[in-house]
Amino acid sequence: MATLVRLGGGKKDAALAALRATLRRLEGPGRAAAGVVPTGFDAIDRVLPDGGLARGALHEIVGEGADRAAASGFVIRLLLGLAAQGPVLWCLADPELYGPGLQRLGLAPDRLILARTRRDADLLWAMEEGLKTPGLAAVLGEPQKLDLTASRRLQLAAESVGGLGLVLRPADGGKATAAVTRWRVASAPSAAPGPDMPRDFGLMRGRWQVSLERCRGAAPIGEQGYGSWWVEEDDATRAVAVAADLGDRSGPSAPAIRHAG
Amino acid sequence: MLAAVDPAAALVGLAPGMSLADARARLPELRLVDADPAGDAKALAEFADWCGRFSPWTSVDGADGIWLDITGCVPLAESEAALVRDLVDRAARLGFTARAAVADTAGAAWALARYGGGPVCVLAGGEARAALAPLPVAGLRLPAAIVQDLKRLGLKRIGDLYGMARAPLAPRFGELVARRLDQALGLLDEPISPRQPIVPRLVRRILAEPISTPDAIEHGLTQLMALLCRQLEEEGLGARRLELACFRVDARVERIAIGTSQPSHEPAHLGRLMTEKIGQIAPGFGIELLQLRALAVEPLAARQLGLDAQKADGTVAPLVDRLANRLGAGNVLRLVPENSHLPERAARAVSMLDTRHDAKRLQDWPAGRPRPIRLLAYPDPIEVMAPVPDDPPLMFRWRRVPHRVRRAEGPERIALEWWREPAAGTDGIRDYYRVEDEAGRRFWLYRRGLYRPETPPAWFLHGFFA
Repeated sequence: MATLVRLGGGKKDAALAALRATLRRLEGPGRAAAGVVPTGFDAIDRVLPDGGLARGALHEIVGEGADRAAASGFVIRLLLGLAAQGPVLWCLADPELYGPGLQRLGLAPDRLILARTRRDADLLWAMEEGLKTPGLAAVLGEPQKLDLTASRRLQLAAESVGGLGLVLRPADGGKATAAVTRWRVASAPSAAPGPDMPRDFGLMRGRWQVSLERCRGAAPIGEQGYGSWWVEEDDATRAVAVAADLGDRSGPSAPAIRHAG
Repeated sequence: MLAAVDPAAALVGLAPGMSLADARARLPELRLVDADPAGDAKALAEFADWCGRFSPWTSVDGADGIWLDITGCVPLAESEAALVRDLVDRAARLGFTARAAVADTAGAAWALARYGGGPVCVLAGGEARAALAPLPVAGLRLPAAIVQDLKRLGLKRIGDLYGMARAPLAPRFGELVARRLDQALGLLDEPISPRQPIVPRLVRRILAEPISTPDAIEHGLTQLMALLCRQLEEEGLGARRLELACFRVDARVERIAIGTSQPSHEPAHLGRLMTEKIGQIAPGFGIELLQLRALAVEPLAARQLGLDAQKADGTVAPLVDRLANRLGAGNVLRLVPENSHLPERAARAVSMLDTRHDAKRLQDWPAGRPRPIRLLAYPDPIEVMAPVPDDPPLMFRWRRVPHRVRRAEGPERIALEWWREPAAGTDGIRDYYRVEDEAGRRFWLYRRGLYRPETPPAWFLHGFFA
């Protein structure tokens, strides 16, 4: 695949896109028709094969320990544009999602249906039921572990009615899964205050490092996977924007921040 | 002391309340069984449950009685008399000697069942006055002391009271005697069931052969569900709660119930919810009667699911029901705002099936100050290094992992509402800080109470930002 990308010219791009579309049609019924959900980050959408997260598919987001909040924050931003399309089913062991915080990010809490499950088996069952139900904007789950069989079931359920499945899981919670994309989200130190700001200025804009580790139907960029980005929140709009491409992983002090949104 | 006697003992003059020595003197070969009031109460409750096959409304009355409201239930049998005779016969087969009476009023039925002639007594409308006249005044459900007093006055029969002026009775007995009399005669309304005249949304199927396999139960259920749903549909109603009662040949009753988030009369949907619970039924030696009953109904489309009205609701409601059915209604939740300063009380996750919170949706979520997206229901105590009392911590240890605070913002002082009692040893004040650790993770920490030099301050981690 990597070779193909290097060949890239206008005509070949079009031919490739057509080929990819054909392949996806062959991959499974429903997928091609289900459409995509733009992530809202232009830089990231450009990497994704159809310019967004595919509907009728399962996507994994890996976030660990205290970074689970960072990962859920990333997911919530993905949901912002979606929640208008229907309710969101969120399956989790502990309904610690906090309404006022969600509201502040712009996700109306009454868009959520929370399913509290004690065991992964129940959680995966609930997700599957949700994915088979048309009319939901997305189905989210936070299992402890996700194996190949379970993820395949979810993927099939998502394909059946074009649902969007999102799994939020710890890093050791699964190796090979049938998810179409895998993301890793971690908190990142915010930028240093400017020289003209007082030392105790307080918190700067929150930042995360988002990496796309796996993406069916796209070509990896280098050895890093498919791309890695700094994402930064915007206090005023509460929206987030890709602050910088993290091609070289130069670390948190990367100075060049381009506000893209 | 004797608590109860059987018919044979009663023949030789033994009666409840007699001392044991007296009883032994009269009948040396007397066989004694310890009284077991708790066991009796349990058996009575089970029996009342069993009576559910005759009426959806049954309740235990005292230590030895059961009320059945059979309003509207007679079509299920042939006549009132047939229904009651069936009840007494079946009870006899279970080893119970039952006496039953049917009357217009609860009071008359009570008196006739206990003091009337035969084991079965059915009063036609308007006969109560004549039928009650020869019965003892004890039949009016009066305390023993009042019964004694009445007897002393020569008022032994209920009929003796008919001609009495009310005024002289009242100072002596209170208004209880007059009220009970009026209730028995139907002059005063006495609702015994909490409901309005019952239209039992109930269908039943008597099985020729007792069944015990899940398939057979499901088959019976499917037929009943179709019947009930047709009935509901004609009335423009949908069920919110349904119960399937399986009456076993050994007189036990197995029940399963389902709830829905929206009224429904879809046999397929309701049947699917119910079928998932059939496994919970222990059929024992077999089930002889299946009874499906709508415990709660609502006009269709009277209310929307706790989500904005939209086209998707129609498909989401069955999903909510399925989830609630397997996970439990208390585990399918939505978030509602609450009126409280305390962060953990400002929002609550409530069952989607609980309609009491519908109005809260209209209430606004608090806006303004930054709030975490995940909040611990119980704040976690943390060890903290804070240089100055009013400063945010420099470092804290949460679940044994140290976090160095890189930046912080605060404090935001949140005080307990004045009408709430602060926990012992605290003054109900929390100073909240938003902090970012070296890795960029953002936490919501607070110090409990105002700083006091003599006591080390207690710190907690309460939530996570993202």
